[in-house]
Amino acid sequence: MKTGVRKILEKYGKDKTRLMDILIDVQSEFGFIPREITVQIADDLGMSEVDVDQTISFYHFFSQKPTGKYHIFLNNSAVANMMGRKEVADTFTRELGIKFDEVTSDGLVGLFETSCIGMNDQEPAAIINNHIFTRLTPFRAKEIVRDIKEGKSIEDMFVADYGDGENRSDLIKSVVSNNIRKIGPILERNYKSGQAIEKITQMTPEQVIDEVKKSNMRGRGGAGFPTGLKWEFCRNTKGEKKYIFCNADEGEPGTFKDRVILTERPRLLFEGMVIAGYAVGATEGILYIRHEYKYLQAYLESILEKARESNYLGKNIQGKKGFNFDIRIQFGAGAYVCGEESALIESAEGKRGEPRDRPPFPVEKGYLDMPTVVNNVETLCSVVKVVLNGGDWYKSFGTTESTGTKLLSISGDCKFPGVYEVVWGFSINDILDMVGAHAEDVQAVQVGGPSGAIIAANEFNRILGYEDLATGGSLIIIGKNRDILTNIVLNFTEFFIEESCGSCSTCRIIPTLLHNKLVKILNARGVKQDIDDMIEWGRILKASRCGLGQTAANPILSSIKNFRQLYEEKIQKNKVFDSGFDLSAAVKESCKVTGRVPNI
Amino acid sequence: MSQFVRFTIDGTECMSTRGQYLVDAARDNGVYIPTLCNFPGVKPKGGCRICTVRVNGKLMTACTTPVAEGMSIENEIKDINELRKSIIELLFIEGNHFCPACEKSGNCELQALAYRFRMLVPRYPYQFPVRRVDASHPRIIKEQNRCILCKRCIRAITDETGRSIFAYRRRSARVEVVVDPKLGKQLTEELAQKAMDVCPVGSIIVKEKGFHVPIGERKYDTTPIGSDIENMQITKI
Repeated sequence: MKTGVRKILEKYGKDKTRLMDILIDVQSEFGFIPREITVQIADDLGMSEVDVDQTISFYHFFSQKPTGKYHIFLNNSAVANMMGRKEVADTFTRELGIKFDEVTSDGLVGLFETSCIGMNDQEPAAIINNHIFTRLTPFRAKEIVRDIKEGKSIEDMFVADYGDGENRSDLIKSVVSNNIRKIGPILERNYKSGQAIEKITQMTPEQVIDEVKKSNMRGRGGAGFPTGLKWEFCRNTKGEKKYIFCNADEGEPGTFKDRVILTERPRLLFEGMVIAGYAVGATEGILYIRHEYKYLQAYLESILEKARESNYLGKNIQGKKGFNFDIRIQFGAGAYVCGEESALIESAEGKRGEPRDRPPFPVEKGYLDMPTVVNNVETLCSVVKVVLNGGDWYKSFGTTESTGTKLLSISGDCKFPGVYEVVWGFSINDILDMVGAHAEDVQAVQVGGPSGAIIAANEFNRILGYEDLATGGSLIIIGKNRDILTNIVLNFTEFFIEESCGSCSTCRIIPTLLHNKLVKILNARGVKQDIDDMIEWGRILKASRCGLGQTAANPILSSIKNFRQLYEEKIQKNKVFDSGFDLSAAVKESCKVTGRVPNI
Repeated sequence: MSQFVRFTIDGTECMSTRGQYLVDAARDNGVYIPTLCNFPGVKPKGGCRICTVRVNGKLMTACTTPVAEGMSIENEIKDINELRKSIIELLFIEGNHFCPACEKSGNCELQALAYRFRMLVPRYPYQFPVRRVDASHPRIIKEQNRCILCKRCIRAITDETGRSIFAYRRRSARVEVVVDPKLGKQLTEELAQKAMDVCPVGSIIVKEKGFHVPIGERKYDTTPIGSDIENMQITKI
């Protein structure tokens, strides 16, 4: 057992900044990370046990106890629930005879919950031993349990055909579907990889930056910072080494566009990283991918290998002296907050994914304290097209404030969930038409995932773009028959509670308080004061360090703003004040002990 | 570039050395910005958020933000102080804090801040979490009921090779500060005392010693926290 660990440690040069990779390998080899291995890793890396333990215990997919020969992680996102997750979950627990977070007594199967796995367009979905299972039904759950008990391999458990496009390729072999519904200039099919790299060898890095600046492109991750400016800052910062990070940790529930790019246009993405590297003077790129997409690993590695063979990566790229750049893939291990750029860097350094204080910004002091650019997958893909066709061409799409196109991940109650590349400036009504949802059947649209806003029909004429409704690209369509407070708001609030890194007092404490208030209202025990309290308390979160904390009250605040009647219907009409103290609950235990009936 | 920068706090002209963190720059100008997770000489980590100020209209933590020329800082204003008071209350309801029975009473920064901000009863519901007391180490007790997760011990106390003795475990509301099983056993008397002194509350207590300074003569028994800074004689540069 111990020699296996030694091999893993040596593979990563006993480098403690590669702790994530070490732990991922240990987890995959042993099925969990036993304490004696934690101690061994600590000793070999010159760390204390708690140093290693703080990283292990931070990530959802690391486990310190056995997770079973087969481990089923069933997605618990809001859309999964809308698509029938409960029946699937019930089937699993019944057929396996265990609850969630338990392992069968023979150690065969472990059943766990997990936050959105980026499959909202084909829910309910689960990850079983790093393989994705989509469109689950109670029937399928039964089949899976039966196959597991018969000891079948994961591959033999697929009964559906593989998905479309590259999902069928030998290195992926997955049942995931791309669901690309609308192709635009970024996703277009005629792309030939390498052309943009060849072109920039004839340009200076400054010219590349100028072209990107001219395009007015803004980062596609959600914050919308101008890409060219970010590159320029990084280029101008002195540092003995610089890094390009691609943020493929898309964890915002409802987002899955990066999954599709990674599957169908990975060369475009890698080319974008090379361009960014050339522009800022970086020599190393790191593609940080969420653990949920581990099924793409072999495929992506093979593409990188081919790029090295044809000298699109490596030394003196395409004959340009001194143009050196290579890319490595870093997997996460299940933490939404790692999508925040500084948390992502911390994680890539082998630490807990806690956001850093800013300033300094990553462009000044990022990965290993070196100047670092962190760009979204879509941003880097768009850059390739800007280099090929020019900033003016790019600007011809979209609006003045929001140039170019945007990939949208659309899911929920509509006929055609999937990925759509649209020009900025589409209204919500246009989108509903596009995805096959009748506006009259739609109660609400969640724009930008849980950290965004839930809007009602009276705002469906609003326009997607930085000037009106900014979004990282997730749209969830919520039909008339849905219970917004239970299906959506409660689910999102639980998501934020679970995904907080816990280091800011505000984000660690407030979401739980809001959750309890919401549950109280849902249980018909709320009063008007509870609504007012939630608004007041939610504001405190604005003092949190990162975007996760600052937006953790958004599901509640935006639903109170746009759907206040749903709350008011549920509160007690004749009661204005509630002390929050429940006497009968308080004396329940002592009454039970003494055998008395409460006299209230 | 000049070594000095000019900025304002609540409209008052101030001056300090470039690159200083706002809390320190403010202190040098006789202005107290309340802090809790911050500790002199230890790398800041804006965790508690109590030192939140508004810099040029934006909420920032004063312990992590370097001062820059022309900054306009809002500190002693109603909504900022209200936010700070809220955070103090939140820290009280998050754990189990029974001041009268605590060895740190009077030296406790959380208690002192609560007095300074005139907290009476928290507006938030007590969570009454079930937390453990870890007394397994020879020199210290780690009292989790009182831990406010400020990371001061984590950042300030390491062994001679830089290994952590204290560390976070888990995440979200389940996060806790734990002691390394091995290094905790080897903790020297000196480091144990330092850990207790670094802890702003009574979560790290040195064993077999108590109430060395009697209640009534402790740091914040007679003067509110921050008053040393506010009563400082300032020599204007």
